[in-house]
Amino acid sequence: MVQIKSGNYVPLYGSADKIPVNVTVFSLDKYPVTNQQFLKFLKENPSYRRSKIKGIFAAKSYLSHWKSDLDYGDLNPNAPATNVSWFAAKKYCECQGKRLPTMDEWEYVAMADAKIKDARAKKAYNQYILNWYETPNTYKKTVGSTFKNYWGVYDMHGLVWEWVSDYNSIFLTGESRKDKGNDTNLFCGSGSLNASDLMDYAAFMRYGFRGSLKANFTTKNLGFRCAK
Amino acid sequence: MKSKTLTLKSKVSIVLLALSIFTVVSCKKESEKSANAADIVAKGEIKAELTSPPFVPKPIGNRDAAKLKVELEIVEKEGEMVNGVKYMYWTFGGTVPGSFIRTRVGDEVEFTLKNHPDNKLPHNIDLHAVTGPGGGAASSLVAPGHEVTFSFKTLNPGLYVYHCATAPVGMHIANGMYGLILVEPEGGLPPVDKEYYVMQGDFYTEGNYGEAGNQPFSMGKAIKEQPDYVVFNGSVGGLVNDNALKAKVGETVRLFVGNGGPNLVSSFHVIGEIFDKVYVEGGSLINNNIQTTLIPAGGAAIVDFKVEVPGTLVLVDHSIFRAFNKGALGMLNVEGEKNLKIYSGKKQEGIYLPEGGTIQNMPKVAKSNAPVVAKTASQSIADGKVIYGRTCFACHQNEGQGIPNVFPPLAKSDYLNKDVNKAIDVVIKGLSGEVTVNGKKYNSVMPSQNLTDQEVADVLSYIYSNWNNNKTVVTPAMVKSRR
Repeated sequence: MVQIKSGNYVPLYGSADKIPVNVTVFSLDKYPVTNQQFLKFLKENPSYRRSKIKGIFAAKSYLSHWKSDLDYGDLNPNAPATNVSWFAAKKYCECQGKRLPTMDEWEYVAMADAKIKDARAKKAYNQYILNWYETPNTYKKTVGSTFKNYWGVYDMHGLVWEWVSDYNSIFLTGESRKDKGNDTNLFCGSGSLNASDLMDYAAFMRYGFRGSLKANFTTKNLGFRCAK
Repeated sequence: MKSKTLTLKSKVSIVLLALSIFTVVSCKKESEKSANAADIVAKGEIKAELTSPPFVPKPIGNRDAAKLKVELEIVEKEGEMVNGVKYMYWTFGGTVPGSFIRTRVGDEVEFTLKNHPDNKLPHNIDLHAVTGPGGGAASSLVAPGHEVTFSFKTLNPGLYVYHCATAPVGMHIANGMYGLILVEPEGGLPPVDKEYYVMQGDFYTEGNYGEAGNQPFSMGKAIKEQPDYVVFNGSVGGLVNDNALKAKVGETVRLFVGNGGPNLVSSFHVIGEIFDKVYVEGGSLINNNIQTTLIPAGGAAIVDFKVEVPGTLVLVDHSIFRAFNKGALGMLNVEGEKNLKIYSGKKQEGIYLPEGGTIQNMPKVAKSNAPVVAKTASQSIADGKVIYGRTCFACHQNEGQGIPNVFPPLAKSDYLNKDVNKAIDVVIKGLSGEVTVNGKKYNSVMPSQNLTDQEVADVLSYIYSNWNNNKTVVTPAMVKSRR
C-alpha cells in the first residue's frame, strides 16, 4: 500500500460553492485487486463463490465471465477482478483488514498524474482518461500497465472503474438535466448546475457511472482496490 | 311528383345533418385530442419491429392500439466516419441513428433498455414522444450489463426524436445516441410506395475533417459548435453509392427525416425534387410544394414526394458548405423510363467553369509535422487508397474512370504513365487548360491539393498501382524535389 498525505480538493459535485473537502491521511492499494487475489479470497470464503453467494449480495452477472466457481478460465491472472458486487468487494477488503476507499479519497488520488497532485486542468491528462473510456475491453490488461501517479498508485485510469464505499452518496438521478426542484442543492440531479468544473467531462462520466449502480450490481469493467 | 319533392327534401336534410355532425366531431377532435388518446384502450400485446436505418418498420395501418413491447440495446462500438477515420460511436441498436420505432396513438409502449455488458458507460433514453419526467430518462438510467423497463402511453401523433440524456448529455448525443420514434394517427398515415429513415447529426473530433486514425470526441469544438463532420445516417458515406436509397419512376416516396444535432439545425433539401407534402416539424400541420424544410436539432419532419423522372437525387443540408465539405450528402437513385416532357435531359454540352479559368487553391492548413516514416511500397499504396477516397474520388471516380468530357480518367492513362514528374506537379500545383488524355481533350480545372509530400507519394503510388497503370512507386523525396 501507499500512504496518501492529507490535503484539500474541490470535488466535481456536492460542493457548488467550491468549498474544498479535506481528505485525511490514509493508505491505498497500489493496484486494483486481481483475479488471482480474488480467487484466493473465494477459496477462503466459500459463501462468496458464484454458486453460493446470496442474491441480495450479488446479481446473476456476478463473476459470470469466470469458467466456474474457482476457475477464472482464460482471464489474465494479473488483470483486475471485475464483475464483483459492492458487497463482495467490501467483504474482500475486510478480510484483508482493510476497507473500500471513500469517493473523496478515490477522487483525490485520481486527480494526480505522474507529476503533480492535481492534474485536472491538464489537457493531456484529460485526454488520457477520455481515450480510455473509448477503448473497449481494458479490463483484460495486467495491473500496473498504466502510469504510476504522483502518489505511487497505478491504474486509477486506464483499466477499470472502481467501487468506492459511498458510491451512492451523490445521486445523479436518471434524469441528469433537471434544473428545478429542491433536491438540486443536496444531490447532483442537476447534472451541470451543481458541478464545479463544467469542462471536466471525464469526471461527469465517473459520477454518472456511480449513479447507475446498486450495491448488488456487477459489470465487466468495474473492479476495486482497498484502503486503510 | 310528390314523392320526388319529398326525396329531395330528405336528401337536403341528410346532407345538413351530416355537415353538422362533421362540424361537431371535428371541433371535439381538436379540443379533446390528448384526453381521448389517454382513454384509448390498448388491446393485446405486440412485439415492436425495430429496423436499422435507412429502413422503417411496416406501416401501422388500421390496427387497434396495443401494448407494444420495445427492446432496444445500447452498444458502444468503433466505426468509420469517412475512409480511414475511426470513431467510437455510442449507439441505440448498433447503428447511428438508432433503430426506428413505429407506434400509433394510444399504444402502451413497454420499453426495455439494455446496456451491453461490454460497454463502459451508463446510459438512458429520453423519447420526445413520452409525456412524463425526462421523456423517460428519469426512469431509464442503466449500468453496463443491466436492463431497465418503463412504460408510457403515446398521446400525440407525430414524428419524434429520442436520445440519450446521461451526463454529459451533449457528449452522448454527439457520439450518435439518437433516433426516431413515429406515432401514427388513428387509421395510420396515407400509404406511399417507399418509406425511408434519414437522420442528420454533427460530429466533433480532435483532428480536422479527414485526419486519419482514431479520432476522439472534442468537447472544445462541440461547445464552440464547430463540427468537423455533418452527416446523414452516421458517417460521410452513410447514404451514397451502395448505401443510396432507391425508388422507381412514378413511385411516391416518404422520408422520415430527423436531426439528432447536438448543435446544428438542418436546411433539409433534395436536389431535383420538390416536396409535395411536408408534415411540418413532424406534426399534424401539412405544408405543400416545399423546396427546403428547416429541421431543428432534436426535431424531425416527414416529407412526401413523387419521383417523376429517373436519375440520382441528392439529399443535402442546404446550409451548403456542410454538404460538400463536411459530409452532409445522401443519394436517392430513381430508376425507370425518362419523361422528356418533365425533364429533357442534356440538349447541348459545353464546358462551363463556375470557378473561373484560373487555378483554384484549397485553403492551406498547417499540417502536423508528422515525421516521415520509411514506408514499404505496399503500406504507401494502402494509405494512398484512403487519401484517394477522400480527396480524388469525387471527380475521378472510384475506378479512376473519370467523368466523360469533364474529368479525365486516371485508369490506363497515357498522360499519367508518360511522365511521373508531370503527375506530381498536377497534384501539388494544380492544372488548368486543355489536356489530352487517351486521345480525348479535357478542359477543366484541378485545384492544387493541400497534401504533405508523404500523402502525395501515397496517393500517386496508389493510382499507379491500379487500373492498368504502370506501377510507378512515388516517394516523398520525388515529391519534395518538385515543390
